[in-house]
Amino acid sequence: METKQDIINRLRKEILAKQGFKPELASTSHIKGLSEIESAFPNGVFPTGMIHEMLFQMGEEAAACSGFLGALLSSLIVPESIILWISVGRNFFPPSIKTFGIEPHQIVFVDAAQEKQVLWALEEGLKCQGITAVVAELRELSFSQSKRLQLAIEESHVTGFVLRTDATKLSTTTCVSRWQISALPSETHDGMPGVGFPKWNVELLRVRNGQTGKWEVEWVGNQFQIAADRVQENKRAINYQKIGRLRA
Amino acid sequence: MHKRYMSLWFPMLKTDWKTIRQPELAKVPFVFATSEKNRLIISACNIVARSSGLHVGMRLADAKAILPDLCVQQDSENRELKLLTAIGEWCIRYTPLVSLDLPDGLIFDCTGCTHLWGGEENYINEIRTRFKSKGYTVKAAIADTIGAAWAMARFSKNTVIESKVQKSAISNLPPSALRLDDVTLEKLRKLGFRTIQSFSAIPNSNLRRRFGDLLLLRMMQAYGEVEESFKPLNVPEPYQERLAALEPIRTRVGIEIAIRELLIVMCNRLVGEGKGIRNAVLKTFRIDGKQQAIDIGTNQATCNVDHLFKLFEQKIETIRPALGIELFVLEVTLIGDADTSQKSLWTGKTGLADNGVLELLDKLAGKVGSKAIRRYLPQERYWPERSIKQTNDLKEIPQTYWPTDALRPTQLLSVPEVILVTAPIPDYPPMNFRYKDDLHIVKRADGPERIEREWWLDKGEHRDYYIVENQHGKRYWLYRSGHYGADQTQWFLHGFFA
Repeated sequence: METKQDIINRLRKEILAKQGFKPELASTSHIKGLSEIESAFPNGVFPTGMIHEMLFQMGEEAAACSGFLGALLSSLIVPESIILWISVGRNFFPPSIKTFGIEPHQIVFVDAAQEKQVLWALEEGLKCQGITAVVAELRELSFSQSKRLQLAIEESHVTGFVLRTDATKLSTTTCVSRWQISALPSETHDGMPGVGFPKWNVELLRVRNGQTGKWEVEWVGNQFQIAADRVQENKRAINYQKIGRLRA
Repeated sequence: MHKRYMSLWFPMLKTDWKTIRQPELAKVPFVFATSEKNRLIISACNIVARSSGLHVGMRLADAKAILPDLCVQQDSENRELKLLTAIGEWCIRYTPLVSLDLPDGLIFDCTGCTHLWGGEENYINEIRTRFKSKGYTVKAAIADTIGAAWAMARFSKNTVIESKVQKSAISNLPPSALRLDDVTLEKLRKLGFRTIQSFSAIPNSNLRRRFGDLLLLRMMQAYGEVEESFKPLNVPEPYQERLAALEPIRTRVGIEIAIRELLIVMCNRLVGEGKGIRNAVLKTFRIDGKQQAIDIGTNQATCNVDHLFKLFEQKIETIRPALGIELFVLEVTLIGDADTSQKSLWTGKTGLADNGVLELLDKLAGKVGSKAIRRYLPQERYWPERSIKQTNDLKEIPQTYWPTDALRPTQLLSVPEVILVTAPIPDYPPMNFRYKDDLHIVKRADGPERIEREWWLDKGEHRDYYIVENQHGKRYWLYRSGHYGADQTQWFLHGFFA
């Protein structure tokens, strides 16, 4: 006998599948140390084969974002895989990403002359199955453009990261999530002098079919670690979850 | 039909070739020398040197004694082979069958070709004048057999031997006209055989016992009693396809059809040869005489018509057909060995092993330019700007490991920016710094990491790098140029850490 809750869960899964979520594909990859953030996503896993949006302001903020992105990517790749990085006027310094577990020569950089080419290259890249992830620095992305990208990805299951360089041009898109990463003061063990491990304030501003939230994440050695004393905002996420349930 | 052969002899092949490139050598004695058994031997000498008594096979030391101001060039191995092959490929205009006759000649199978030049005399004259105008000395003769033509070209002034009279034509020539080895020639000379006819009447069995099989074989070949093998040069066919249009083509659809047709023909040929296209050019000829071209390049040799067509498709809009295009020419400018292996059942390959990825990168290169697609490899250098090597090659693998000992910023400014700094004591990290009108108070710091300039490349001060974290938790890479307190000390911001 199916209970009401079971029916709701089943229907939810059906809706997700229709929206482009493929649970059987997504469920395979868990990101080490990020389980709490992963639980904010539907089915409780980090969705690969989807497009993520990240706010990417030039300068200091970009540094934190590209660091976190590098760390995320390192859990998606295998030694032979390739990452495509498409941008106009890039400051990214490849050797740094070795710290986050990626061999810098695994990234193929496409330095386009215009923004228009970036969007075209992004779509072509997302159509190609042999590529693990495509990163594109974009100023603008309209809803219909993001829909095109979503259609490309549903065939190929490539993971896309759109780095939005202009925060004033944000609009609704079909992207699965919108991240904001900012740097936090690092901590050293036992108050030792010097700069500690990279530490970020990771914020999920929008999650499709999931909960938003805010976490403090550290990159320790070669894996993520969510800080123990979480900020208060996280409770909001839990409340959100409750509301979601009530509505259902 | 009777076979007719022409022998073309270059008495001074190598020196002529050199004189064409360096005309000043025409007036001076000049030889090519090659080392043999620890001494230098003359391998070719020009007409000036020859008139002073120099000859091929002479020791260079002896030649220098005769002519102290002799001009000597080092001979390279297989030079005559390369020269003759190139000349032979050019000679394909006179006959489709050209064969090498090392070390200094060519053999043409000119059966049925000579009438196009108005007879055999004219044929030879045409070839002689052509080579003379280029600077080569040549002698030529036509006969029924290769042996007779060879002999007449070198030992006679007669150029055309009528059909079936070769036996009498060569009878007055010396035995060396029979292409014999030195030992046999020496034996013949000792026995007083000065001409071919002096021994041609001797029974074969006696000749064979005295001089071996070669003499008989050569005689029979020259007379035409034995067929001689003829190995023509394989002249490479250019990778070019033409498609003429009956009606001038003005539409995109028309151009697309033309490209596809050309690619299908070209790829069919390349598949058979196990090759693939790396670079190709499509030339279009308009009816008003204008010519336009679009070119494509691939990262891996391919014969995939659909993929190549897509690459061309991106550039079709740059063609202006105007009144119409009447001729399309597809030229392959670079071919490579194609991987024609069977399609794998499981397409589990990822990354650069996957054809799809390479095809994608070809497509991107077509749009943004192949220079804009880059990868970076580590270099064993410390100076941050030079620690990576940019490459456009997608298959290049790193020669060294990526360094992990020192942290590097995720964002590096291409030009370091000047900042104002308050630093407490020498070699300490700064207390605060001003960047873009903002005051940053340093809370945590690491360093210094001193990086010396590569003095063999550029002059200037070393850099002392510090990793600093400001009051908001943002991390920066700063450096001081030169020593603390020196006159030119200046602080710069070079990058941002994650």
